[in-house]
Amino acid sequence: MFAFFIRRLVTVLPTLVFVSMLIFALQQLLPGDPAQILAGEDQNPELIAQLREKMHLDKPLPVQYGYWIGGVLQGDLGESARTGQPVLELILQKLPVTVQLAFMSMLIALLISIPAGIVSAVKRGSVWDHSATVLGLAGLSMPNFWLGILMILFFSVELGWLPASGYVSPFENLGANLAAMIMPAVVLGTGIAAVLMRHTRSSMLQVLATDYVRTARAKGLRERVVVGKHALRNALTPVITLAALELGTLLSGAVLTEQVFTIPGFGKLIIDAVFNRDYAVVQGVVLVTATAYILLNLLADMAYFVFNPRLRH
Amino acid sequence: MSSTRACDTEPMSTSISVPGASVAEAGPWLRAWRKLRRNRIGMFGLLVVLGFVAMAVLAPWIATHDPIAANWSAIRKAPTSMSWFGTDELGRDVFSRVVWGTRASLLAGVVSVTIALVLGVAIGMVAGFFGGLVDAVISRITDAFLACPFLILAIALAAFLGPSLSNAMIAIGVSATPVFVRLTRAQVLTIQVEDYIEAARAVGCSPLRIATFHILPNITAPVIVQSTLTIASAIIAEASLSFLGLGQQPPDPSWGSMLNTAKNFMDNAPWMAIWPGIAIFALVLAFNLLGDGLRDALDPRHR
Repeated sequence: MFAFFIRRLVTVLPTLVFVSMLIFALQQLLPGDPAQILAGEDQNPELIAQLREKMHLDKPLPVQYGYWIGGVLQGDLGESARTGQPVLELILQKLPVTVQLAFMSMLIALLISIPAGIVSAVKRGSVWDHSATVLGLAGLSMPNFWLGILMILFFSVELGWLPASGYVSPFENLGANLAAMIMPAVVLGTGIAAVLMRHTRSSMLQVLATDYVRTARAKGLRERVVVGKHALRNALTPVITLAALELGTLLSGAVLTEQVFTIPGFGKLIIDAVFNRDYAVVQGVVLVTATAYILLNLLADMAYFVFNPRLRH
Repeated sequence: MSSTRACDTEPMSTSISVPGASVAEAGPWLRAWRKLRRNRIGMFGLLVVLGFVAMAVLAPWIATHDPIAANWSAIRKAPTSMSWFGTDELGRDVFSRVVWGTRASLLAGVVSVTIALVLGVAIGMVAGFFGGLVDAVISRITDAFLACPFLILAIALAAFLGPSLSNAMIAIGVSATPVFVRLTRAQVLTIQVEDYIEAARAVGCSPLRIATFHILPNITAPVIVQSTLTIASAIIAEASLSFLGLGQQPPDPSWGSMLNTAKNFMDNAPWMAIWPGIAIFALVLAFNLLGDGLRDALDPRHR
């Protein structure tokens, strides 16, 4: 087991290195002098000189990368060209908001997708199965920012039940926080539910066709026990890994959803940075997102391994 | 010299006719088409896609108004018999803008997937074909790209390239490339051990010739399926980038940017937010249905 973990860790390292190179290389796409562009709209000559010095622009690219990654490893992601705040600080400020959104969305996604996937697998070919499939495809094709707009139109404009925007910290007022977060979480969650339902359904169908399920049925166990105890546990293990893969979709979706509902999280941070030409912040957000995504997938792989004893041998 | 000559002859047809099978005379593409034609949902997807293509081509004749001409006397008017979908914040006809917006969405879907397809298949073939260190390096770079969430990578690329429809297409295309690299590489690895590749090598075909005439035709089916499904995600991605202001720039119409503006007028002009969304949803759903249908028709495991 330990050997497996070490092997997985070793394969993750080169990926992380390449991700950092990719993100570093982004600034090569900028037309002209990076220092001048990174300095933002003010074009403060002091800042430009400082940036040129800090980024070692007179040195060859590999050396520049070396200095940059050295800083990153020590938690230095550069400074915002707009506010001068360290990028890491900005990210850490906004991160909890997006984490809460992601957590709520994933919860909603699992609450919808697992029961729906089980029902469509158990009652394969039934009306339930067909409607779940159709709804799933619709969920996949629905741009989530549009779903957000429709929900605002219905629940905020038409009914006046929920606020269309206005984020409140959960430590200030939990009720108001949940009222502001529930619509975005549903928007994001339903999109992922569509994918996870498909996975749950096919995984459940596979397990239901195995010999041990037939044995359980043959010895006269009630269908509820067969499905709930024998089939479900085994069917859900691959779903863990697949749910982790959907975290990427969740983070991408969060950017749009936060924009629709004006939630001051990670997504809002990267979009504001894009429009302020605050490139260090853009790079920082992408780097942190990709790293988080890689590490969460690593964790999911390990969880899969722990939950699936067959892999241990 | 005889070996070169052997290789110069046309490679064997990829359709292996099974003696006694009733469909033996039909080539694999004809068989796939027949299968797709029987798939009602897939055909429905195809028809909707063709409908949108017709709308994009015939936009000047279908649109009832100029899509970018402002009309200060008809600002945010609800739908009427004059303007079917109402008017927007500058008095422009929403119906005409939705019709013209089809061009941006279809163009973005097709161009970005073409970029991803050409780059991805070429890189994937190189990785699968040469193996070893080349493959290892390409695979790690692919992993790195896949580790960045699709839309966030596209946003970052679009941000550094500068906001415009063409840059959005490049950004989406590059972000979608790794999927094709992986698919192609996996296909090449399975096909490479087949006897007919061995035979082609034995008669002295050059690697380039084997790749283009023997391997490429055999990976077309999965690549077509993947392209159709990727067009669906690329259209959503373009709409998303335009919604964020990183795609089509005003005043040219695109569904995503129309929704971005509509967001500010939800209280008093909800119709602005309805139709562009329905258009995106319908086109993306159609591509997804067509893609599923194509997979059923082309994937041998589904036959």
